[in-house]
Parts: sequence; C-alpha cells; structure tokens
Amino acid sequence: MTLETVSLLAVYSAMAIYTLAFIAFTVDLARRSAAQPVEEVAEAAPVGMLAAASGNRASALVDRLATDAPAAAPLKRSRALRLAMGFTVLGWVLHTAGVVLRGFAAGYAPWSNMYGFAITATAIIVGVFLLVQFWQDLRFLGAYIVGFCLVFLGLATVNFYVAVTPQPPALQSAWLVIHVFVAILGTSFFALGGGLSVVQLLQSRREARGGEGMAFLATLPNAERLENLAYRLILIGFVFWTFTLIAGAVWAERAWGRYWGWDTKEVWTFIIWTIFAGYIHARATRGWRGSRSAWLAIIGFGAVMFNFTVVNLFFKGLHAYSGL
Amino acid sequence: MSSSRPSDHIDSAPVDPTIAQPQLGFVGYLRFFWRQLTSMRTALFLLLLLAFASIPGSLVPQRSSDPNGVIQYKLDYPDLYPILDGLQVFSTYTSIWFSSIYLLLFISLIGCIIPRSVHHYRALRSRPPKTPARLNRLAGYTSVTGQTDAASAIDVARAQLKRSGYRTELYPSAHSTSSGQAGASYSVSAERGYLRETGNLVFHTALVGILVSVAIGGSFGYSGQRVVVEGQKFVNVLGDYDSFNPGRFFASDVLEPFRISLDKFEATYELENQKAIGQVTDYSAYVTTTTPGGDDQKANIKVNEPLAIGGTDVFLLGNGYAPTVTVRDPEGTVVWTDSTPFLPQDTFLTSLGVLKIPDGLSEQLGLVGFFYPTAAKLDSGALSSGFPDLLDPVLSLRVYTGDLGLDAGVPRSVYQLNTDPLTPIAGDGAVDASGAEVPALQLKIGETVELPNGLGTIELTDVKRFASFDIHRDPSQVWVLSFAILILAGLFTGLFIPRRRVWVKATQKADGTVTLEYAGLARGEDPRLEAAVTDIAAAHVKQLGLKVES
Repeated sequence: MTLETVSLLAVYSAMAIYTLAFIAFTVDLARRSAAQPVEEVAEAAPVGMLAAASGNRASALVDRLATDAPAAAPLKRSRALRLAMGFTVLGWVLHTAGVVLRGFAAGYAPWSNMYGFAITATAIIVGVFLLVQFWQDLRFLGAYIVGFCLVFLGLATVNFYVAVTPQPPALQSAWLVIHVFVAILGTSFFALGGGLSVVQLLQSRREARGGEGMAFLATLPNAERLENLAYRLILIGFVFWTFTLIAGAVWAERAWGRYWGWDTKEVWTFIIWTIFAGYIHARATRGWRGSRSAWLAIIGFGAVMFNFTVVNLFFKGLHAYSGL
Repeated sequence: MSSSRPSDHIDSAPVDPTIAQPQLGFVGYLRFFWRQLTSMRTALFLLLLLAFASIPGSLVPQRSSDPNGVIQYKLDYPDLYPILDGLQVFSTYTSIWFSSIYLLLFISLIGCIIPRSVHHYRALRSRPPKTPARLNRLAGYTSVTGQTDAASAIDVARAQLKRSGYRTELYPSAHSTSSGQAGASYSVSAERGYLRETGNLVFHTALVGILVSVAIGGSFGYSGQRVVVEGQKFVNVLGDYDSFNPGRFFASDVLEPFRISLDKFEATYELENQKAIGQVTDYSAYVTTTTPGGDDQKANIKVNEPLAIGGTDVFLLGNGYAPTVTVRDPEGTVVWTDSTPFLPQDTFLTSLGVLKIPDGLSEQLGLVGFFYPTAAKLDSGALSSGFPDLLDPVLSLRVYTGDLGLDAGVPRSVYQLNTDPLTPIAGDGAVDASGAEVPALQLKIGETVELPNGLGTIELTDVKRFASFDIHRDPSQVWVLSFAILILAGLFTGLFIPRRRVWVKATQKADGTVTLEYAGLARGEDPRLEAAVTDIAAAHVKQLGLKVES
C-alpha cells in the first residue's frame, strides 16, 4: 500500500468519525432545546456587570485574585457534547495524518490542487475550532464546523480526487507554503466568525420576540456577546487575509513579473478583503452594529467560499491549479 | 469621544434630531458635502460599492490580463459585446466608474486621516485628563476599603501603572491639601495604548501610499517580451523587443544596456509516475549576461527565480521548440535558413509555426508547420505528440505559393499566415498536374525533401528550444512593498493594542480608613477592559498589603 493510499484511507476514516461527531453535536443541540436552561442568567450577564451589581464588590475582586475565570459561565455538562468533542479530536488526528501522509507521498506541501487544498483547509479549520475552545467555549458551533468540513471532504474525495503528481514549476516556491497556509488560517477564522454571526442573527430575532424561537438558543450567549466574539475572531481572520494578499502579491511578482494584475483570484481576494474591511468599519458606524454587520460577516464568508469553489472551478485565470 | 471622528462614528455623541438646522449658504453646503463624504456611513458605502464593482471584472475577460479572451468574447457574444464595451467592462479596473469609486473612497479617507492625525498629535502631547467625579458609572468599577494612607496609595498606583506602560497624571482634589484629613481625595489618571491610533493612522496612510506609488511609479516603468532561441541573444534596446509596453512617463534612456544570450534551455519531464508521465518538473534557461564594463556572467533563470539585471527583472514565462529549416534552390544554393519559434498547442508540445520565404525561389513560399517532438499516429492516421521531449521529432509542413503580402507595407504577424489568397502545393488538398493529391511534407532531423513543382529542397537541419522572457522594470515596487509592510504593522497595532484610560482614586474616610476606587474607560474596541481594571485593582491591593474581607 502506498503512502497515497494510506493517506486516502486516513481521510475516509476521519470522515466516518466526523460523522459520529456531527451526530453527537446535533444530539447536544437537541438536548439543549429540551432541557430548561439553568445558567441562562449567569450566561447573559458579563462578569463586569456581575461585579458591579454584586453587593460585596470585594468578593468579586477576591474571585479575580484567585482565578482568571472565563467571561462566559461554563455550560451545563453534557455527555453528548463531550462525546462530540472526543470524536472531533480523534477525527482531526486522523485527518491531519492524512494530510501529512499526502505531503510525504508528494514530497511537497500537499495543497497545490483542489483535493489537496480541500483536505488541508478542512483540517486547519477543525484545528482552529479545537484550539479556539481554550480561549472561549464555542463548542455550540461544532455541528456547523464539523458538518461544513464533512461536506467539503465528501466533495473533495468524490469529485476532486487526483493522484499525486509532480509539483509544476510555477508552484515550486516557498510562497506556496506561506501564502496558501495563511489564506486557510484566515478562512478558518472567517468560518468561525460567520457561524457566530448566523447564531447572532437567530439570537437577536429570538431576543426581539421576547425569548420565543429555537429553544437551544437560550443556552447560548446573548446576541451582543456573540457579536463581540464574532468581531474578535474576524479581526484575526482579517489580519491573516491582509497577509495573504500581500504574500500573494510578492509571489506574483516573483513568478509572473507583476505584483498585481487583476487575475480573477486576485479580484476575489480583494473583494473579500474589502467586504471584511467594510465589516470592521460597520462596527464603528452608528446604525450598523448588530444584525447589519452580522450580515456583512456572513456575506464575507460566502465570498470566501465562492472564491474557493466557483472561482477555482469555473473562472478562467492564472490560479488554474485545481488539477481537474 | 473625540471631535476628530466622523459624526456618525459609534463613539461620537448622537446628534439630536430635534435641533433645527440653520439655512446653509454656499460654503455651508460645501461643508455639508465634505462632512457627508468623510462620514463613516459614506466610507462604508464606498467600501462595499468597491467590492461590488470589482465583480464584473472577474466575470468577463480583461484587456489587461487576457486580451485574447476579449477578442474571443467579441466573437462569441457579438450582441452583448458593444454594450459591455461601452460600459468599459473589459477594462473594469481602469474604467471611469471604478476609478470614481476608489478615488472618492480615498478622498474620504484622506479627509478622515488629516483631522485625526492633528488630533492624535495633540493627544500625544497632552496629559491624561482629570479624574471624573463619579467613577462608579465607568467600566470595571471596583472599590475596596482598608487601612492605608491615601496619598501614598496613589503614589504606589501611579508607579504600578507606569510600569505597565501607562502615561499618568496625579490629580489631588482642590479642596483638601493635607493627607489624613477626612474627605481628602487623591487620584491618578492614566492612559495607555496611544499606539493604537498611531497604527490606525499608519494603516490608512499606507493605503494612500500604495495608491500613489502604483499611480506614479507604474508610469515610469515598462515591460517587454522577447522570444530567444538557443544560441541567440537579446540586447536591451527598444528595437530588440518583440512587444513593449511603456509606462506613461517612460523615456528610452532608462533602458540600461545589457545583453542576454540563451546558451541552453532545459526542460525536465516526469518519467516514472504513471499518473503524470510527461508532466514538466523543471524549466531552466541557462544564460550568459553581459553588462557594460562587466565580465560575462552565467545565470539560470527559472519560473520562480527571475534574473535581476540592469534595474530590471527578467522572467521566464514560456518556452517551446524552434525547428531550424534550410531551404535551397534547385541549384543547391541556400536561399533561407532560420530557427523559427513554433507556438505550443498542448501539454505534449504539439507546436504550430509559420515560415515565410519571400525571396530566392521562383515563387514566394509560405509554409504552415506542425511540429511533433514525439510523433505518434492517431487512429485517424493524423499525427500528434505523445511526449513533450524530443524522442522522435517530426515536422509536417503544408506548402503554399503566391503573394505573401509582405511587400504591401502592412505589418503581418510572424506567427500567422493568411492562406486564402495562396495556392496549396503540398497538403491542404493540393494536387499535382496529374490530379493526384500531394500530401504535406514530413521531415525528421537531418532529412531533406524536394519541394513540389521543382522549386528546390527543404531540410530540417536541427531543432532548438526557445524561451520567452518578460523583462520588467517597475520602480514603484519597493515603495509598494514598504507600504504593504506598514499596512500590516499598522493593522496589528491598530487592532490589537487596547487604548484605555484607567483611574485610581483614594478617599480618606472619617473613621480613618481609605476607600480605593478603580475604573476604566475604553477608547475603541477593548474587550479586556473590565478584566484589566480588576487586575490592576488586585495587584494594587496586594502591593499595599490590604486585607480584603470576602
């Protein structure tokens, strides 16, 4: 069995385990809908307000002295959720092994065609999702992230699969590693930000209706907090995306002799950058906070997906490396 | 928060809609439009409009990047083409409407940068503002009461804040002067994160910098293309380019004299991987360069490794085969010999080329040739190439006689031959005097065949490689790169350094204890403000050795 076959096998196994993770995440969301949310009040109130509202301010201070408590109170322990996270970690390890083995089989960073790019990108997105949990509890996005990656892995293995072939001269550059890797990192943060923005829209609609709507939303942070989290993640994505744009221009200058030529892929990278620049400005514009900026975040992530799928497959341009 | 912000910035005071606006004069209207243009809402609108306006340029081919695509589009959609062309969609990014959007955006941007820079300059020189009377309405408010000295507690707080990079100012209350007196209040006002605004301004100024660099710098540069066959040279003078695109302010004296000879071109193809036989793995153009007063130097130009010479960069963009063909008259005198670049038609380098022989034979001769580096017969009997390297090269030539039109003074492409006015004498349905079909001529290396009608002979002497080079000079790129780095640096500091004010206030109580109060104010996004204030309070309380009852 060649490394290439082992890699494919690892990716298939990862998909199977992600499927289990997706089911468990969905079960968790369903449980949230059924159970009465106990922590809702504590969830909604930021720590500072708690401290200010607390009768004994010094005790809040002592708490702070003792622990660096996360801003959101921990969710009620859920077996389905823990199971889902376990499956996700296991799936991710296999998935990453699949990417690394493909890299060894090829002898270069394995993201120079659609298949390689898709398996790498989904691995990094899941990886970022797992890492972000150390910062904030965003496990409620699990079904979205794992489901999304599962769909892409399915498309990649069924429709985009190509055998390992030598690296064409145009891609023989360290910039391939840097430019594409950072682009995927940016995409991961945009994916999380986009997901949070969708939840934010649902949440603010529920809040506007005085709490009626999908019941599991009651167990999630309030719309304002979701917006703040989305904003902070998208900021990181935006910095990565800016770097992608600049690194791409530097590479384009090396490979094609011009740093910018309005190639279709360049155009879409620019469009995405502009949309997210708009998103960041919307945060600072009166009347644009809340749902409007959430829509911008979702449109921005939609453009990222469009850039990866439709532009790669159907648009003519210099970034014609889909390998299909 | 600050008067330099647009009025609809989230931190500006809301405008009371009930206030009756006075009648505007001419200057008043100018001010009104300027305020509109520099408002957040307009900037946001223009940004999103710019994103939207970029889309058409990705849907239809652009003259700048894909001129042949535009010609093809005209043929494919003859009805739609004139409409889109009228709307300048084929040169979207230099069109009037696209330019208007980004120019307005940049004017709006400059209108924002200037007042903010002035304001920031003043802020950098001023001291942190007075401590507000009521801290308990501010973010992260914390208060602690204990046994300590109010004035020295504030000194400790000030030292602590200074260590964390705050700029500090002490504000003793006006009505009390001596410590220990009941009601006496001391405070320190601190501010940090001035780099946030600096980064913000650097980011936006660098964007303007990029635009200006591209607009001005690009006009002084040029780019040119040249096809060089192995053994031939290219000299960097205007006449030696195959095509040349000068910038607006280009002057030919910027062309530094240098010479590049292509010694050898090597292409390496995959031979082992069954899934990728014939796929190219490396291109190398081995050249010798000569600069005035300098020795000859050897260099290897590769796809991702351009050659820097004489203020230009030389890029390897394409390659192919250039068969060397020799034509002799019936007496055996050489009337024409040349290595002609043939344009590759597929990945296995089936190549198409044209030979024009106007003089030396009894008739003008035009030849259309297909070159197959590794000839393979298709089921139909036609030839194709089965591998891109020279394993079994065959040159197949259709021969025409007639007026090539070279004397009409009209420029003709060397890669095209209009066969309509010509008579085929071999291939393309040609027939001889007896009515029998004359097939196209086929030649292997070293072979000589007779031309029909006793015109002479033709020989495939050799097959060489050619490389096509792009020669670029762009004085703006150093500037663009510098501004791009500033953009990243500005982005980091402008987005991730929190700008905040923090106050610590100590008030002497009548019972001899001191109440310490801590509060902060965010200036811009600052998600960690509350935590930061509590941390400051905790560190301060710990340093004072106060006992806090929980």
